[in-house]
Amino acid sequence: MAHGAGGRLSQELMQRVFMPHIQNAFLDILDDQAKLDLPPGKIAFTTDTYVVSPVFFPGGNIGELAINGTVNDLSVGGATPLYISTGFVLEEGLPLTELEAIVRSMAAAARRAGVMIVTGDTKVVGRGQCDRIFINTSGIGLIRNNTALSCRNLQLGDAVILSGTVGDHGMAIMTSREGLSFHSRITSDSAPLNAMIAAILDEVPSIHAMRDPTRGGVAATLNELASSSSVGIEIDEAAIPVKDDVRGAAELLGIDPLHVANEGKLVLVVAAHDAVKVLAVMRSSEQGRDAALIGRIVEEHPCMVVMQTALGSRRIIDLPPGEQLPRIC
Amino acid sequence: MLIEVQGPLSRLLLFSDALLDDAPPLSRIASMQESSIPLEREDGFVIGCSAAADEVETLIPPDIALCSDCRRELLDPGDRRFRYPFINCTNCGPRYTIVDRLPYDRPWTSMQGFTMCPECEREYSDPLNRRFHAQPNACSTCGPVLSLLDAYGDPLSVDPHPDPAALAASRLRDGAVVAIKSLGGFHLSVDALNDSAVKRLRDGKGREAKPFAVMMPSTATVLHYCDACEAELIALQSAEAPIVLLKKRAGSHLADSVAPGNDRLGVMLPYTPLHKLLFEQGPEVLVMTSANVSEEPIVSDNDEALHCLKGMADLFLMHNRPILTKCDDSVTIHLSGTLRQIRRSRGYVPAPISISNDGPVVFGTGGELKNTVALLKGSQALVSQHIGNVQNYGAYLHFEQTASHLQHLFQAVPELIVHDMHPSYMSTQWAMRQDVPILGVQHHHAHLASCLAENMEDGPAIGLLLDGTGYGTDGAVWGGEVLIGDAQGAVRFASLEPMPLPGGETAIKQPWRAGIGYLFRSCPVLPELPFMQGREVFQVLELLQKGVGSYETSSCGRLFDAVAAIAGLCGTISFEGEAAIALTEAAGGETGKKAFRFGLEEHHGRWLMLVSPIIQDVAAAVRQSCPSREISRRFHRTLIDCFKATIAEASRASAIRTVALSGGVWQNPLLFETLSLELEAAGYRVLTHSRLPANDGGISLGQAIIGRRYLAGHYEGVG
Ligand SMILES: [Fe+3]
Ligand SMILES: [Mg+2]
Ligand SMILES: [Zn+2]
Ligand SMILES: [Zn+2]
Repeated sequence: MAHGAGGRLSQELMQRVFMPHIQNAFLDILDDQAKLDLPPGKIAFTTDTYVVSPVFFPGGNIGELAINGTVNDLSVGGATPLYISTGFVLEEGLPLTELEAIVRSMAAAARRAGVMIVTGDTKVVGRGQCDRIFINTSGIGLIRNNTALSCRNLQLGDAVILSGTVGDHGMAIMTSREGLSFHSRITSDSAPLNAMIAAILDEVPSIHAMRDPTRGGVAATLNELASSSSVGIEIDEAAIPVKDDVRGAAELLGIDPLHVANEGKLVLVVAAHDAVKVLAVMRSSEQGRDAALIGRIVEEHPCMVVMQTALGSRRIIDLPPGEQLPRIC
Repeated sequence: MLIEVQGPLSRLLLFSDALLDDAPPLSRIASMQESSIPLEREDGFVIGCSAAADEVETLIPPDIALCSDCRRELLDPGDRRFRYPFINCTNCGPRYTIVDRLPYDRPWTSMQGFTMCPECEREYSDPLNRRFHAQPNACSTCGPVLSLLDAYGDPLSVDPHPDPAALAASRLRDGAVVAIKSLGGFHLSVDALNDSAVKRLRDGKGREAKPFAVMMPSTATVLHYCDACEAELIALQSAEAPIVLLKKRAGSHLADSVAPGNDRLGVMLPYTPLHKLLFEQGPEVLVMTSANVSEEPIVSDNDEALHCLKGMADLFLMHNRPILTKCDDSVTIHLSGTLRQIRRSRGYVPAPISISNDGPVVFGTGGELKNTVALLKGSQALVSQHIGNVQNYGAYLHFEQTASHLQHLFQAVPELIVHDMHPSYMSTQWAMRQDVPILGVQHHHAHLASCLAENMEDGPAIGLLLDGTGYGTDGAVWGGEVLIGDAQGAVRFASLEPMPLPGGETAIKQPWRAGIGYLFRSCPVLPELPFMQGREVFQVLELLQKGVGSYETSSCGRLFDAVAAIAGLCGTISFEGEAAIALTEAAGGETGKKAFRFGLEEHHGRWLMLVSPIIQDVAAAVRQSCPSREISRRFHRTLIDCFKATIAEASRASAIRTVALSGGVWQNPLLFETLSLELEAAGYRVLTHSRLPANDGGISLGQAIIGRRYLAGHYEGVG
């Protein structure tokens, strides 16, 4: 790919790479803006920029990550994702075949999630000015009218549910980026959560809070929830699902899987009496097969997450450090 | 305390002499001022009320072991407190652990629920009685009572045995595990001569190999099982009654599982009347280990005990006098002629430590593991009891409670809170949440300042600071450092050559990984050694080759781990320091005559004590099937020679002849005794820890001292 800021090259990219894969009524018009008909109700609007190395990793690539991530950010707010915009920053020299593969998987991810990519932009920058490809996506969704999701909504006694195994995405990225030969079977969990979340909200509209535990892992998400509601969260080490491979890789690297990013998991807080119902719905969905009740909301230790360990002691789960420096003396 | 006396001058002089010379055993006169006031005619002896709270300077005394007078009464069938397990007097009994708030009067202690009977009241109010104003004074009529509960917390029918202590003693003899409520918390106790009972306790506690402390009834029994010098016996019998790590006597027949693979045994004497009673009918030696779950703090509450120790204890021997402040047993070791703290708690806390400077109130939050906190007030430092690993929630609560309790007891509000530079220490995170100015100081700088402070020195000194892990000013993991300076600031003159630690904390728990890391960096071709068998070496190698998940460390503790692993002495550990202990034990108390190669090189203005030649030589020795005893001896000799050479260099550069030794590695008796002796022989003045632990239990004081320099505008940190 040649360096070309705007103009003819971008036009060509659009025609040759994007259009064949992403086609819909809005895009085909090739206007500078998408003109959307929005159903009445409250709208959720989100944006996120995706930067990942390697761009292709076991279980996915940056393209589907950019779609799933934004779909999930809308979904955990109780919104039904409708439209997505995409912005690309491409490094000069990125093979067109790679770009095409990325775009193809974006289109597939959008189809899978039932959202439309309605507008987009592309910039090509010089070598070294970005790392292969950066993608920004923004999304618009319609908020379901019977939900009151809020991270300030946690109630004492609530159940904390996790939709599946922790750490898959971050460990897949780390092991593949560093080219570690063992644990190479670890694959990212990148997936859209909107179908599962819709099913959950259909069954139990009164979910108190939902978050997708991406950067910083489950530990960061739980800490944010605890702080927002000024409650304590107690989790049980034995109940937290971790794949053996992920556990092994995390141990080898000296990292706590709870601090590792996920891209297709849901942390959900619900009144205890609804927990069984939620678990049943989750487990019947592809993304929630390994769902587990991992903890509860407690009065003790407000704003703190404490884990009951397998040894019977209680460990404070704090925010992940910038770097995993040993604390043991 | 204010004393008002009147009479002829000669009698007054006699009085003040007697006050100094014949003071009661537990009193401590820090200073005395005399002045005269107009004479008013007054008769009799009156004790006034304690001063108002804002005036209090009273120091809360530590808990004190059963005194000889009370012991005599306890065992005297004619005494009204015969076999009363809570007998005490002004010379002994609980103090710090039962005080809720000031002033130290009965209503503010956990004795407030017990109303003295007329007889006790009479003793309490009689100035000539040994129990005059003994706040915990009690007897079987009015005081706390014992109870014995079964494993499910149901009271045992005590019909044939009217005495719970006697029944518990007999059950201990039968091999039962008994949870016993002592002064600062519960113990789990078992017959130390019954191997299967001790193993049952290990299983219940989930404690694989870490040595248990034992309690013996008398120094005669101690001498039967251990070698102990005069000073060690005195320490055992002191009012503080700490655990003393004594050399096991060859052929002693304690259960092997008490302190496996260790040539020392932690021993204490009975320090409460209840302990004394247990030995009347119980086993000859009792294992007495702090009752807790994994890293949780010691259990101190009755309900908590029944809940947390379920499945560990067959019986609960408890009582109804609440423990208000948790306090573990203190652990000491007698090295180079001085008793040294390893864990400073019961008996010593909260006795103040005098420091050489005066200034504002400063609070030090300590480290992460082996945490203690320290409060500076005037020219005194109050260093808390051992709190533990504050990443544990129970220990964190204990930390918060102790922080506020100390500030309350000593009526001191800090102007500055000082914490470690490590961003993720819970003690750091706590400091950042307080509404008080804070300062982060470097870990080993705090070690240096702590050693200087407890020796009443201002420095400067050459600090040889050896430990496991401390966050460096460059964000790296330090732990084998030579810092030259004082509390104000220090220069990192030298450090051990950095080595890779593949997988961070995992390599700390599994020293074989550290062994691979050290070999990888040191040897051009990785030698194949027996310790690698059955280990996933290739995985660790891949991390090292690709430079992923590896941390550079100049730690001395990790060097011990790596050498222990390479020598095949310890591949994985179940408690902190296990590998280093195994390596030192292998030396059998001697350093070698021959050393491995080491080197000293200057890099960018800092000296590196080269580790790679040592590792190369250790690997070669292992390949030649050199016995581990010889490897260990040579290794110790190498470190000693290397440190001496570095200190000589530092002394040349700085013209300083004082050396301060701090950091957990100095709990290694062989390294400590040999090096300090050789340094002194070479003409250095050597400052060591004794009243505070050399390990991270001592850094809270150093932090606070540095904080005072900062408040005075004289802080430079580590350059
Ligand atoms: Fe340290
Ligand atoms: Mg996002
Ligand atoms: Zn006494
Ligand atoms: Zn009485």
